[in-house]
Amino acid sequence: MLQKRIIVCLDVRDGKTTKGVKFKGNVDIGDPVLMAEEYYKQGVDELVFYDITASSEKRGIMIDIVKKVAEKIFIPFSVGGGIRTLSDMKQVILAGAEKVSVNSSAVKNPSIISEGAKHFGKQCIVVGMDVEMDFSKPSGYGIVINGGRTKVDLDALEWAKKIEKLGAGEIVLNSIDADGTKNGYEIKLTRMISESVGIPVVASGGAGTSMHLADVFNEGKADAALIASMVHIDGYTVGGIKEFLNKENIPVRI
Amino acid sequence: MKIGILNYDAGNLKSVETALAHLGAKYFVSSDPYELAKSDKLIFPGVGEAQSSMKILKKRGLDIFLREYFKKGNPILGICLGCQIVLDSSEERNTKCVGLVPGNSKEFSHNMDLKIPHMGWNQVQSTNNHYIFKDIPNNSSFYFVHSYYPDPDNQNAVIALTDYGISFSSAFSVDNLVAVQFHPEKSGPHGLKLLDNFISKTQGV
Repeated sequence: MLQKRIIVCLDVRDGKTTKGVKFKGNVDIGDPVLMAEEYYKQGVDELVFYDITASSEKRGIMIDIVKKVAEKIFIPFSVGGGIRTLSDMKQVILAGAEKVSVNSSAVKNPSIISEGAKHFGKQCIVVGMDVEMDFSKPSGYGIVINGGRTKVDLDALEWAKKIEKLGAGEIVLNSIDADGTKNGYEIKLTRMISESVGIPVVASGGAGTSMHLADVFNEGKADAALIASMVHIDGYTVGGIKEFLNKENIPVRI
Repeated sequence: MKIGILNYDAGNLKSVETALAHLGAKYFVSSDPYELAKSDKLIFPGVGEAQSSMKILKKRGLDIFLREYFKKGNPILGICLGCQIVLDSSEERNTKCVGLVPGNSKEFSHNMDLKIPHMGWNQVQSTNNHYIFKDIPNNSSFYFVHSYYPDPDNQNAVIALTDYGISFSSAFSVDNLVAVQFHPEKSGPHGLKLLDNFISKTQGV
C-alpha cells in the first residue's frame, strides 16, 4: 500500500536554515546540510528546500548546498524559491535535486509548468500554491504570490486544476491562514483540492502536533504532509510522529 | 570491477552516480556502446517517456548493445524506465521496446480512484529470496514514481510484488538481468543495500 509521506521543509537564507512566522521575521536555526542528514537518519520520506535568499548574487550558495545534500542523503528532495526559467530548473536538477518547485513564477508565467514537464518529466515539477481565504472567489479561496504579500485574481480550485492540466506532477498546498499558527492544517481546503485533482497533494501550513498530521491525512485526504517548526524548534522527531501515525492506522514508512 | 551507467538522456543520472560513489563502487557514465561494452556490470536507469527514449537508444545503437550485453551474461540492473523498456513493448504510446524479456508495460487504470503517477514510498514484497534483496527485511518500502508498470509474460520471472490498486511485479529477473520499478538510489538505506547487493554479487553465484 502506498504510504503517506512526511516531508520536512527547510527555508534557506544565505546558506542557513531559517524559520519565519506568517512570512514575517526570520531566525537562523542551523546548517541545512547537517539538518538534512539528521532528518534522513530519523526516517523522513522527503525534504524540501526553499531558497529565500534575497539577493541573486548569493544564489550559488544554494546550488552548493543542493550538491552537498545529494551526496549525503538518498531520498528524494525538491528545491524551490526563485525558479523562473528552464535554466534555473536545470541547474538544481543537475546539482542532484529530484524535483523543482515553482510558485509565484508559475502564476506569472504558467507555461513554465508545461515546459518544465516536457523537458524534465512531470514527476520533476512541483507547483506550490499559497492560498488565502477569499469569499469573493467561487471556491472561497484565492491565490497570493510573492511569499504571501501580493493578492492575485485567481481562484484556488481553478488554479489547482489548471496546474494539473499543464502537466505538474504534484501540488504543495500552503495555507497562508494556517501557516505558523500551530493550530492544524486547513483541512477543508486540503480536502477540496485533493479530491479535485488526480495528482498528489502535499498539505502545508499549520502543523503543531502529530494529531494534526493524522487529521490532514484522514479528513484532508492529503497524500503527504509538510512540517517545519515541529521538528526544527518544538522537539518532535520524524520517527516519533511516524510512530504516532502508525498507531492511528495511517500507513507510513517505519 | 567497473560498472557502466547507460546514459540515454532519460532523466537525471546524478542520484545513481552519488549512490554508487557513496558505496565506493567504480563506475563511469557513457552513451557509447563501445565504451559500455568494456564494463563488467551495467546499470540501465531512466525516468521519462518510453517512445522518445527508445528513439534515442536506437539512434545510438544502444538497443542492439543491450541485447548483446544481455546475451554475454554480464549482470544488468534496470531501474524504473530501464525496468520497463527491457520488455517487448509498452502501452505508453504503443512503443516497441528492447525485448530482452517477453512482456509488456501497462498503464495503471485511471478509473480506480488512484492518483497517477504512483508516487511515493510503497512496500515491496520479495517473493523468492532473490539475491538482490539479500539482508533487506521483507516488505520494506522503496520510492516509486511511475504511471506504467512492468508485466513480464513469465510469472516465474517475478521476484517482488507491490500493491497499487492492483498487485504488480515491482521487480523481476531473468538470467543475468534484474529489473526494479522503484528507485533504489532514492530509497534510503534499504535502497543502498540493494545497489550494494548488485555491485557485490560475484558472477555465477
